[in-house]
Parts: sequence; structure tokens; C-alpha cells
Amino acid sequence: MPILSLMILLPVAAALMLLTLPGADAERASRARVVALATTLVEFALGIWLWASFDQTTAAFQFSENLPLFAPFLNWSLGIDGIALMLIELSVFLMPLCVLASWVAVKKRVPEYMAAFLLMESLMIGTFAARDIFLFYLFFEGGLIPMFLIIGIWGGARRIYASYKFFLYTLLGSVLMLVAMLWMVDVAGSSDIGVLSRTDFPKNAQFWLFLAFFASFAVKMPMWPVHTWLPDAHVEAPTAGSVILAGVLLKLGGYGFIRFSLPMFPDASAQLIWLVFGLSMVAVVYTSLVALVQQDMKKLIAYSSVAHMAFVTGGLFALNTQGIEGAMVMMLSHGLVSGALFLCVGVIYDRLHTREIGRYGGLADTMPKYALVLLFFTMASVGLPATSGFVAEFLVLLGMYQTSTWATFVLTTGIILGAAYMLWLYARVAYGKAAGDDTRAMPDLNAREIAILAPIIFAVLWMGIYPKSFQDPMKPAIAAVVARLEGRALATVPTDMTLSAVLPALKSPANADKALAQEKLH
Amino acid sequence: MHPIFTSIAVAGPETVITLGSLAALMLGTFTAKHRALTVTSLFAVAILALAGFTLLDAPAGTTRAFDGLYVADDFSAFLKVIILAASAASVLLALPWLKESGTGRFEYPVLMLLATLGLTIMVSANDLLTLYVGLELAALPSYVLAAFHRQDNRSAEAGLKYFVLGALASGILLYGVTLIYGFSGSTQLDTIASVVGGQTERSLGLLFGIVFILSGLAFKVSAVPFHMWTPDVYEGAPTPVAAFFSAAPKAAALGLMARVLVVAFPGNIAADWQQILIFIAIASMVLGAVAAVAQTNIKRLLAYSSIANIGFALVGLTPGTPAGVSALLFYTAVYVAMTLGSFLVVLQLRRPDGSPVENMADFAGLSKTQPKLAAALAIFMFSLAGIPPLLGFWPKFAVFQAAVASGLIALALIGFIASVVAAFYYLRLIKIMYFDEPGVPLATEGSAVNGAMIAACALFCSPIGMLAISPLAAATTRAAAALFPN
Repeated sequence: MPILSLMILLPVAAALMLLTLPGADAERASRARVVALATTLVEFALGIWLWASFDQTTAAFQFSENLPLFAPFLNWSLGIDGIALMLIELSVFLMPLCVLASWVAVKKRVPEYMAAFLLMESLMIGTFAARDIFLFYLFFEGGLIPMFLIIGIWGGARRIYASYKFFLYTLLGSVLMLVAMLWMVDVAGSSDIGVLSRTDFPKNAQFWLFLAFFASFAVKMPMWPVHTWLPDAHVEAPTAGSVILAGVLLKLGGYGFIRFSLPMFPDASAQLIWLVFGLSMVAVVYTSLVALVQQDMKKLIAYSSVAHMAFVTGGLFALNTQGIEGAMVMMLSHGLVSGALFLCVGVIYDRLHTREIGRYGGLADTMPKYALVLLFFTMASVGLPATSGFVAEFLVLLGMYQTSTWATFVLTTGIILGAAYMLWLYARVAYGKAAGDDTRAMPDLNAREIAILAPIIFAVLWMGIYPKSFQDPMKPAIAAVVARLEGRALATVPTDMTLSAVLPALKSPANADKALAQEKLH
Repeated sequence: MHPIFTSIAVAGPETVITLGSLAALMLGTFTAKHRALTVTSLFAVAILALAGFTLLDAPAGTTRAFDGLYVADDFSAFLKVIILAASAASVLLALPWLKESGTGRFEYPVLMLLATLGLTIMVSANDLLTLYVGLELAALPSYVLAAFHRQDNRSAEAGLKYFVLGALASGILLYGVTLIYGFSGSTQLDTIASVVGGQTERSLGLLFGIVFILSGLAFKVSAVPFHMWTPDVYEGAPTPVAAFFSAAPKAAALGLMARVLVVAFPGNIAADWQQILIFIAIASMVLGAVAAVAQTNIKRLLAYSSIANIGFALVGLTPGTPAGVSALLFYTAVYVAMTLGSFLVVLQLRRPDGSPVENMADFAGLSKTQPKLAAALAIFMFSLAGIPPLLGFWPKFAVFQAAVASGLIALALIGFIASVVAAFYYLRLIKIMYFDEPGVPLATEGSAVNGAMIAACALFCSPIGMLAISPLAAATTRAAAALFPN
């Protein structure tokens, strides 16, 4: 059974159905909600089935399909390895929750809204399942259209500015990647990702190709300094839009690095390690400090996302098993935790219609259940042991330590800063006195909201206590990537050289003295 | 049989349209005045369809006629299908507009037939003189069409502007022809090629000839720096005429350009015209993208959009390879559908007082008042912006693939960055339609034929249209191969 095609096309079919629903507005809206929920649940069931029948022992692409539908430009070529599998699981897990989260919050143009989300789901699954590099690009870029509409139509006050910024920023990054793709396919003679991952491109070409892909993935990720679209997009997007943005769309960048940059340009990856580490270090410290001063809850979480994504890039470019595995767990964990945090913000936003931190307070008294849930996700975001965040951060730092101690040192401060801004946020929202009577009158979580948040709590704990279930499927695929890197990257860049390659990046203000001392020694 | 009859048989579509246009003139004259326009228009569409059918009957391979002045091959056949289809659509889409505007004269379809005849001759021209005859035959009716709305000052101005500048361009082109004739001794493309191929030294005269010919042709395709007339003419000319200008003549002139450059000037001299084309392509892409940002009139916006699109299409021609020409043809086919679709939506909409819609602000909230038309226009805009998975992405993909394969990476980079700038103004229209609150509620023209054509174009440009990639690419590859006999 072509299960991947089914998973991609089912939401499209449902979306088309939603757009052509007959009846009055109210009737259409309620039908649209039910259809969307049913579709996403079926997708989730298919996702579970996919996981259950996945062979965890091989790095080869599974569930392969290949149809020369669009020859000579591209093939409908699908297949997943463990990395793609886990990200697909994340997408199909979050989707029903997004639909539920929008159940009452979205009131205008409900069928169109749900259709946009279903299209989003199909494009995201397609991105992870594509085996043809141009098919990947098609899904990767196609995701811009529904997200543009979601932010622009259902977003907040500055939605138009945010939607433009989101669209044009990411598009500009991607076209550079497309030129690189065209060149690679011309040289390699095949657009199959598997073939391209085994092709050895000339070293000087790898440098430019890496930078072109980097332009696209760094924007998607997003990495400092091209992260500025993210806070705007998050603040203006509706709650479910933020969840998808943080939960899945941000993962496209990391997925791109691990699927393309590392195995296809191993030499350039080793050579440019200082660039990635440098940007990651700045991102962790800078965005954490920025997060500290935010007055808007969503903006704060958005900046924390940038910091967490810096852990992902740091882990990936540790170029070893622990680092990459940690980065993958970080992506899954961040998808769950920051998605859940946005949902938590959505819960109180639905009641008070403001995201300003100062307007809340004392929720531990008035909304005890909510305060408990928020506390849990705050702790998960900080990386408390037994939550998924701990596993992720620990593995990333472990991996990075072998490549660059200094970069690890700087990233570790991010954990402290992360605890600072998250706990302070929690203190201002949950403790103290309620800011007003309307704040005090807010009702606690209802059954629907608990139903949305409970599965995420469960998943976060599972990933924190027994991460093996999530790591095992990815292990062979990650081993393949590492083998690709070791085969050449380490041969050309010995460990001590890797360290010295990191040195220029260490000249960030925090380490200027140390770097100076090192130079004096030489 | 006398050779002239064989030749006439080879030039099937042209023969049919020639006779058909004369018959249409008679038909229009002798039909009651209130029915004349409808009857003649339908007759013209039938003639164009018949001309299309003669293509089916054409022998495979390359056939020359009229002593080598005319050539019928896969290349010309492919472009003729596009031209005939676009012209037929242009005749049909004008009907409601003409009836309403009070200028519903039956000469309109007749002029369209004559212009189409010129266009078909252009793509079959194997001689610089045939080329000139075809070009002028297409241009003269076009001048009249631009000024068809006689009562309107803007229309008259558009006609006059188009005529004066067009005549200048024709003159430049003709001067180029004389130079090439002087330095190569022939006007026939194959003969020029063999003379040019035999030369070891670069001939300055030939180079000048190429520059002049390219200037003339750049005017016809409205490429920068010969684009100035386009926004004014599109804005002033009746909207159906602007729709016609943006589709069939562009396809013909692009085809003509490809044939002249590839067939007559291969080998060493190709590097020379390549430089010119790179300049024209970059200038068109960038100017088309940047200048459109400030437009408020939808017709002017579409004019700049067509300038930018011509730039993208020319990227396909720059490498001078079969893959490049194939990409150019692919671009043309998809572009014609996108631009005709956009104009159709504009034509289909009416302000409450019955006047046509031109101001972009009028589209505010269209997604609420006319959701279907808004969706169609959104598809055309995303497609013109070149966002996958819409079909409009793949022509850009094809031309840049050809460019990158020939090592023109910088050209591809500039082109893609220009396309991001262009995306900004396409998005603006979508923003107006989907994000803004409705202003004046727009009505539809209610023409079922136009509605069906919009639906067909939208379906073609939507992701479903990607299924057309394979057959279309096969056809363009075959057509492009006709220009490269070896």
C-alpha cells in the first residue's frame, strides 16, 4: 500500500472537500471542525501504523514509492528513514491538537482555516517523505502559501507585516538553495537524495553549495541573525499557527541540515563548523537575554525557540553521534514543549485577549490546574531531568564537548539563562496577586483544554524517562550520516584542527580574553 | 503539381486564416448589425480551430516552402498551437466587453484574425524578409486594436504610442536585416548560418546587424530597454486587447527570436548575442520586478509582470542549447495560460455601476464577495510569482536549469532574487483580496464562456497542472530539437 502517498494526499482531499462544503456559515463551520479533526486523527492513526511497521535496524529508505509522474523535472519519489519517521510522527501528533485548539478560538472563515491547516499537514509530511530533491523543494516551499494565509487572515493586529516578512524572508533563503540544487543535480545526473548523499562534490564547490543551503535552512531554523521573522510571525499567528510554526516548521531547517548539508557536503561542514558554532553561541546568549526583557508571552517563547534551535545546530555540527542524536531529540522535544507552551498561552489569551505578562498574576490561586500544567512545561523547557528537554540538552552538550569545549561552555550558560527567563515568566504569571478582577475571574482549564494538553505531557515524560523508544528508529540513519562525515571530514580535519577551526568563533565578547591568551601562547 | 501549390499546402494554417479573414469581413458586412459581432467572432474562432486542425495533418519533420522562405517544423507547429489557442481565447473573451462598451464592431475579430496570421508567419519565417512581413502583418492590426475604443482618449493615445514606437522598432529591425544581408550575402537563415560558420574572423557588420535585429525584436517582446510602451499601451488599450497583446504576440516573438538566433547565428558568434541576451534578460527581470512594486493599476501591474516574465523566458534562450530552447517553449506555454487567466478575471469583474475594474484597491476583500474568482486570481498570482507546487514554478525551474547546466550560475542567481522581489507585488494583490476588508462589492460579468476559460486556466496553473509537465516537456523537447538539425 502506498501509505506515504496516502498520508500526503488524504489531507489535500479533505481540504478540497472543506472548501466546497454546502450550507450556511455556522453549519459549515461545525462540519469543517469535525471533518478536520477526523482527518487529522486518521493521519495520526496512519502515523502510528507507520511507526509500528517501521524496520528500526536499517538506514535505508523504507515505504519507498517511485513514479515518474513529472518527468523530466522530478519524480514522485517517496521514502523515509528513521529521522524522517520521527518528524512525521511529531507532525501528525500535533495536528489534531491544533485543530482542537482552534475549536472555539477561530470564528471567521472556519472551513478555509481548517483547509489551510490540512494543506499544511500534507506539505509537511511531504517534505519529510520526499526522496527527490526537487520534490523536497516543492513541499518545502509550498508550505509558505498556507502559512502566509494563516498568519495574514487569522492573525493579530500586525498580521500583514508579519506574513510578508515570513514569506519573503524564507523565500529569499530558499531560492539560493534552489540554484545550488540545480547545479548539484546537473553534476550528479540524478535528483535522488540517496544518490546525491553518496556523491562526492569537489571541495571548493562544497563550500558554496553549503552556504547556499545554509542560507535557506538558517532562515527556516531560524538562526541568529536571520531569526527576526520568527517573533513577528509567532506573535501575530493564531495559537494553532504558532504551534505548527514552532512544532514542525522550525524543524524543516534542522531536517535540512541533517538530510542535505551534513551528508552531501561533509568537507564544507567540517570546514565551516566555526560559522555554525559561532552563530549558535551568539544566538543562545543573545536571544536568551532578549527573552528576559519581553513583555509579550508569545514573543518570549519565540525567542526561547531561537535559543533552543541554537542547541540543535550546535549538536548537529558536533559531527558525532551524540551531538546529532541530541539535536534530533531536541527537535522533537522542542516541538512538543514549545508547542505546548504556545497552547498554554492560547488558553489564557482566549480568556483575557491579551498576551501581556503584566496583565496576569496569581493564576496559581485562581487556575490551579492551569498553573500546574504551565509549571510542567516551564520545567520541560528549562530541561529538568525526567523531561524530554533534559535528554536533549544533555546529549547535545555531550556531543559538542568532544568537538569544542568553549562552544559547549557558552551554550551551557544558555541553560541557566533559559531557567532565568522561563521561571521568571512563570513567577509573574502564576504567583503574586492577580492584576485585575477580570484576571481573577478567569475559569480554570476545561475538558477540551485538558484533552489537548494531557497527551503532550504524556509524550514529554515518555521522552524524558525512556528516550530509547524515540532514539532507536533514528540510530541507523544517524550512524549513516556520521559514517559519511567520519569517512572524510575527520580525515581532512583532525580533531586539533577542528578545534582551531572553532577558534575564530570564540572571539565573541564572552571569550575574547581566553582567545587572546591562546593566541599569545602561539 | 506546380511548386506554388505544394507550398500553399505546406502553409496550411496561414492559408486557412487568410481565406477565413476575408470571408469573415464579408460575413460581418452582410450580417444584421446587432448580430454581426457575435457571428463574426464565432466564425473567427471556427477559422482558428480549423487552422489548428491543418497542423494535425502536417507531415512530420522539417518541410520548406516558397523557395525556402517558409518552414514548417515541430518548432513552428508547437508555437502555432499556442498562438491559435491564445488568439481564439482572446476573441472569445472580448465578446461581453465589446457588447457592453458600445464599440462592438465586427472588425474586431477580423483584425484579430489578421494579426494571428502575421504571428503564425513569424514563427514559420525562415528568411529575414518573411520575418519582416509577418511582423508587420501582426503589428498593423495590433495598432488598430489598441485604439479600438475610439471614444476613449487613453485608447487613442495607446494606439498612437504603440504605432509610433512600433514603426521605429520595425525600422531598426529592417536596418539590421540590410546589414546582415550586406555582410553575409543572404537573408535566408540557413545560408546566413553557413556563411557565418565559415568565417574565422569576427565580422563587426554582422554584429551590428544582430544588435539591430535584437533591438527590434526586444521591442516586440517588450524586453528592457525597449519596454517603455508596454505599461502605457496595456493601460490605455481596451482590456481584451491588452490580454491579447500579453499572450499570443509574446509567444510568436519569443519563438522568432529563438529561431533567428539559434538557426542563423550558431557557433562562435553565439557568444556575442549571448551577452546581449544576458543583459536584456537581467534588465527585464529586475526592472519588471522593481517597477511593478509601486503600481496601483492592475493592468499596469500585469504589464510589468509580463516584462519580468519575458526576462525569465529569455534566460532559457541565453545558453542557446536544445534544453534552453525547450525551456523557453515550456515557459511560453505556461505563461500564456497564466497571463490570459489573470486578464480574464479582471475582465470578469465589474464595479457596482457597471464600469470595469482597474484600480487594485477595488479588489479589497474579493475573497468574501467573489470567492471563486478570488481563488482563481490567487492561483494565477502565486503561479506568476513562481511558488511551488503551482505550475508557474516549473517554467522558471526549467529555464534556470538550462542556464545552470550551461554554467550561467550568476544569471540564475540574479533571476531568482528578482523573482523574490516580484513575489512581493503578486502577494500584494493576494493581500488585498484575502486580508483586507471588502470595499465596494464587485459584481461579475456573468459570462459562462469566460467563467469556463478562467476555470480551465486556473486548473492548469494549479498543482493539478503539474500532471501536464511530462507531456508538455516531451512536446517542447521535440519542438526545440527541430532548431538543432545535428
